[in-house]
Amino acid sequence: MNLHGIWAIYRFEMARFGRTIWTSLATPVITTTLYFIVFGSAIGSQMRNIGDVPYGAFIVPGLMLLTIFSESVFNASLGIYMPKFTGTIYELLSAPLSAVETVIGYVGAAATKSMVIGLVIFATAHLFVDLDIAHPLLMLGYLLLVAASFSLFGFCLGIWANGFEQLQVIPLLVITPLTFLGGAFYSLSVLPEPWRTVTLFNPVAYLINGFRWTFFGVSDVDVLACVAVTAGFGALCLATVVTIFRTGWRLKS
Amino acid sequence: MPEPILTVAGVSKTYRNGPTALKTVDLSVQRGEIVALLGPNGAGKTTLISIICGIVTPSSGSVTVAGHDVVRDYKAARRAIGLVPQELATDQFESVLATVTFSRRLFGRSGHSDYIEQVLRDLSLWEKRHAKIKDLSGGMKRRVLIAKALAHEPEILFLDEPTAGVDVALRRDMWKLVHRLREQGATIILTTHYIEEAEEMADRVGVISRGELLLVEEKEALMAKLGKRQMDLTLVEPLAAVPEALARWSPTLEDEGHTLRYVFDAKAENTGIPELLAAVAEQHIAFKDLETRKSSLEDIFVDLVGQRA
Repeated sequence: MNLHGIWAIYRFEMARFGRTIWTSLATPVITTTLYFIVFGSAIGSQMRNIGDVPYGAFIVPGLMLLTIFSESVFNASLGIYMPKFTGTIYELLSAPLSAVETVIGYVGAAATKSMVIGLVIFATAHLFVDLDIAHPLLMLGYLLLVAASFSLFGFCLGIWANGFEQLQVIPLLVITPLTFLGGAFYSLSVLPEPWRTVTLFNPVAYLINGFRWTFFGVSDVDVLACVAVTAGFGALCLATVVTIFRTGWRLKS
Repeated sequence: MPEPILTVAGVSKTYRNGPTALKTVDLSVQRGEIVALLGPNGAGKTTLISIICGIVTPSSGSVTVAGHDVVRDYKAARRAIGLVPQELATDQFESVLATVTFSRRLFGRSGHSDYIEQVLRDLSLWEKRHAKIKDLSGGMKRRVLIAKALAHEPEILFLDEPTAGVDVALRRDMWKLVHRLREQGATIILTTHYIEEAEEMADRVGVISRGELLLVEEKEALMAKLGKRQMDLTLVEPLAAVPEALARWSPTLEDEGHTLRYVFDAKAENTGIPELLAAVAEQHIAFKDLETRKSSLEDIFVDLVGQRA
């Protein structure tokens, strides 16, 4: 195991984040605050509780995941896309690193940053609503699983992309709509049929509900199904990354 | 003969939907050697180096570096290799020290080492170690790439077009650096399309053209074997035509008849010069100067590539 090599990539990526630390941290704080002003105070005061959970608290898990999805995908995809773009990928390809080691470095760094931002949002939310976490350890574990899975997904995206536009198109056209329609800000129980059934085909709905369950102990769908979908998504992305490295697709000629 | 540090056996490369970049190549390099791969742009030099370093997958054949197969035992093989690419690809926002430390770690070594300082000092980069790469000149950036390639103490160094687009002063510096590395016992493979460079630095020269390694020879042997010499007589009075009496040496007239040029085989026992000069005297052709010169690698190269074209 080339631990020094993994550490080199991890540090390099974290240094890249470090250069933009203030925008990286200020953005989620400001966004979260805006969401709470709009959804928490302005609209939320008109909303009924969802189950036993006040609406302001109900949206916190969805809000965290919304940002974690986009940050993970963005950071991991840019992490591997930039070396391709600038040509420094030659060093990575000629280094004594296995596919798994490379992925641990890049995805580990992207997931770390997502985790930090997720926790910053959580802390900010605390200023607005009371949050009693039902399963704190599971919450952290779930957060890590989601951050790692989407970082893996972003890594695949970064290898696939041939331009900056392609990097943005998938998050914009796929992830954001699926997140909003997956019940980030509402319970599936409020949806009329057939939309409720349609939503059950949206994998992101399971991610959100699983995460929400770790907060409040309630979920619109079976918690085991949530864990299965989340872990399955992560495994699929991991398998894709390993295949990409094995075949050298878009990396080697 | 000791085990070669690099063995390339039957390696070829055909890009998908593309031309054959490399026909079957065999090459063996001993420790401490400096080998120049000489060829025009697009000849396949970079493809060959990229295959050895693991960036391009060969269509056939195998490569062994320091006793390790570059595919089966890629980690050990790659630890022995340092690569300086042709393009100035750098992480613009990193400092010199950070990027060199990164390279050392990437190749599996601890980032805390006096060796990094030594490499940076050798390359006159120590004073600039905290500078961002984007603020460096092109020549400095190339030194950074060399420092990165040397950072993990490789046994064999690949320099892909080290002086392409580099000014004369820096090119001289680069040559000095290569000589210094050679004194330290490094094995170096460099590609170049400057003949002067191969002549200056290499022990052996391989000529690549259109994906084919035409020959690999000791530089001196190559010069001796293929080298022609020429003698120029600067005439007092210009000649309109070569006199009949000199025809058996087939000299040519250059410079509007002011120069009589005789090309001869440098390795032949009898160069024919005394006889020719005697015949010139007999014809009462006066000359005021006589000059002979060896043909350079360049002439040899043009000859070789021309023959195959």
